[in-house]
Amino acid sequence: MPQITYREAIRHALAEELERDPNVVVMGEEVAQFNGAYKVTEGLLAKFGPKRIVDTPISEAGFIGAGIGASMLGIRPVMELMFWSFYSVAFDQILNNAANVRYMSGGLINCPIVIRGPANGGTNVGATHSHTPENVLANHPGVKVVVPSTAYDAKGLLKSAIRDNDPVMFLENTILYGDKGEVPTEEYLIPLGLADVKRKGNDLTIVSYGRCVIHSLAAAEVLHKEHGISVEVVDLRTIRPLDIDTVLASVAKTHRVLIVEEQKPFASVGSQLAYMIQREAFDELDAPIHRVTTVDAPAIYSPPIEIEQLPNPARVIKAALALVAGSK
Amino acid sequence: MSKPTSAKPAIAASTPVLPPNDPHLAPVNLKLTREERIELFRTMMRIRRFEERSLRAYQAKKIGGFLHLYIGQESVAVGCCSLMGKDDHVITAYRDHGHAIAVGMGMNELMAELYGKATGCSKGKGGSMHYFSPERNYWGGHGIVGGQVPLGTGLAYALKYKGLKGAAMAFMGDGAVNQGAVHEAYNLAALWDLPVIFVIENNGYSMGTSQERSSAGELPKRAAGYDMAWGQCDGSNVYEVRAMMDKFLTRAREESKPAVVEIDTYRYRGHSVADPDNTYRAKAEIEEYRRTKDPIQVVQNMLIADGVLTTAELEKLDQDARAEAENAAAFAEASPYPTVEDIQKDVYWEADHPAQRTSKGRLFFD
Repeated sequence: MPQITYREAIRHALAEELERDPNVVVMGEEVAQFNGAYKVTEGLLAKFGPKRIVDTPISEAGFIGAGIGASMLGIRPVMELMFWSFYSVAFDQILNNAANVRYMSGGLINCPIVIRGPANGGTNVGATHSHTPENVLANHPGVKVVVPSTAYDAKGLLKSAIRDNDPVMFLENTILYGDKGEVPTEEYLIPLGLADVKRKGNDLTIVSYGRCVIHSLAAAEVLHKEHGISVEVVDLRTIRPLDIDTVLASVAKTHRVLIVEEQKPFASVGSQLAYMIQREAFDELDAPIHRVTTVDAPAIYSPPIEIEQLPNPARVIKAALALVAGSK
Repeated sequence: MSKPTSAKPAIAASTPVLPPNDPHLAPVNLKLTREERIELFRTMMRIRRFEERSLRAYQAKKIGGFLHLYIGQESVAVGCCSLMGKDDHVITAYRDHGHAIAVGMGMNELMAELYGKATGCSKGKGGSMHYFSPERNYWGGHGIVGGQVPLGTGLAYALKYKGLKGAAMAFMGDGAVNQGAVHEAYNLAALWDLPVIFVIENNGYSMGTSQERSSAGELPKRAAGYDMAWGQCDGSNVYEVRAMMDKFLTRAREESKPAVVEIDTYRYRGHSVADPDNTYRAKAEIEEYRRTKDPIQVVQNMLIADGVLTTAELEKLDQDARAEAENAAAFAEASPYPTVEDIQKDVYWEADHPAQRTSKGRLFFD
């Protein structure tokens, strides 16, 4: 199977869906002539032309809103936010218009839009450019939220997102763009709302998504080799809809749960997960659920310290050891 | 359709304002049949009576939330929407009842929506500010000031993308023009030559703040900064509204060009019915408008002077509109509320179409 980058996987998904459906349009800042701020859309303008690959001004409320309006008339816009952090200037359009229009119209209007772009810290760009709003987005019924961790997942999930009739928020990661993974040449789709067990184990379940899955897998390897702890890593892949069944099945096997997420702790995705696990698998738990989150402050600039503010393998290992030790 | 009225309709002596170019001579008005002229007036009257009846229902505590009445502005929605072809689309803000009736939505479903009933146009899920009828190219009904304007731009984008010769009308109030999203939409429309007309319904007040206290400069002239055409007209005369809008709509459809238009109008009632309306304008101002520029009175006088309607026919038309509104209230009253189970319907397309669902996992949480 060929190895391609996470970036290329997303690009291939876009290209295939542009090819398949003439109503698919890619729009955003620098997506066309500049070939993408992070080169995700590189070459798409040359292949599909300016009608399908559209540069916008720096005007998120305007162009995201226009995309939502166009989607109501049957266009399937795939909007790029250069950073998901910029969603704040389009908040009203995303969460009042895209999320609510189907409901407020009694189901008469659909909004088949995808909004995608990177949402992560760890690149020393400070607090304004390091937001991870998946919890904020998932708090709004009407939208779906996807956070892929690998090239394979990114491609299969994005293709499903583009075909979805509901608005899908697709959160990528600038640090993962260069990561390579095996991606088949033949077409495939990954359904939204299906978690993936990225590593099997018996002693501890780590529930994670996005880049934190990569940290968790690295930590799991160390925990296995150096501490004899067998870790199962569940990659949610989609935040909403949520595959809680896969999580609960793992909990029933390991009886210990560590949530690893690039989220501020208050009302994070992990908060919801922890609530659901204790509510639905209380008797399975041998220890309180632990979390590794972003240290609770705006994103710090200082490069070596930002690494410590975010989840990283060392922090995951430390938390896992404490959890397992506390439950023996 | 019967034969047209006289080639050059007379202007009633009682008509308060004559625009510089006689709008009655605009081709779009000259071609109106007698029935069409009556129908324009009937729609205005139906809006007026619907709004008055909904106010009584609100005062009787049959309606919750806000109620932003369109009374005084009827000629604007009716004039603009009367020009719609099959590929023309409309979107507006929260003062949306007039446009809904003007595009052909029925009073029953509109009144039932106000009552929060399952028979409402949005099944009781949207309320007064959120009326929609995609089958009539009516895309709401939006609650956040200015938030609908980018959506209207997107409707125009879709028309152009699909190669359809239609136009979108994105209505907003004079209070919306200072929202950033509106300016972003202006820029995109001009940059991309989109067939959208931004219609500012200027009733003089953004809630309780007069135009002079909220907006610098003349509102439609801001279009010039974006190299967009702009226009301005008196909204009390439905024919003047039509004459101006026809030019811009034709240009949008034929040349895919946007424009900003300001239509000067007035609301007799407060911003919403929760507004006691005693802090920011004089009663005399309201009375003066009602006396000289009431859009229903203006058109009514013309129809009688032109011999299109007799006073008896006028009375009948009015009574019919009142009866229709009354029946709508009875329909709404008799209709069932949505159920608690309905709360979680119409959230996701997939959840409402389980046989076609492709995603897995939980969509709803408790």
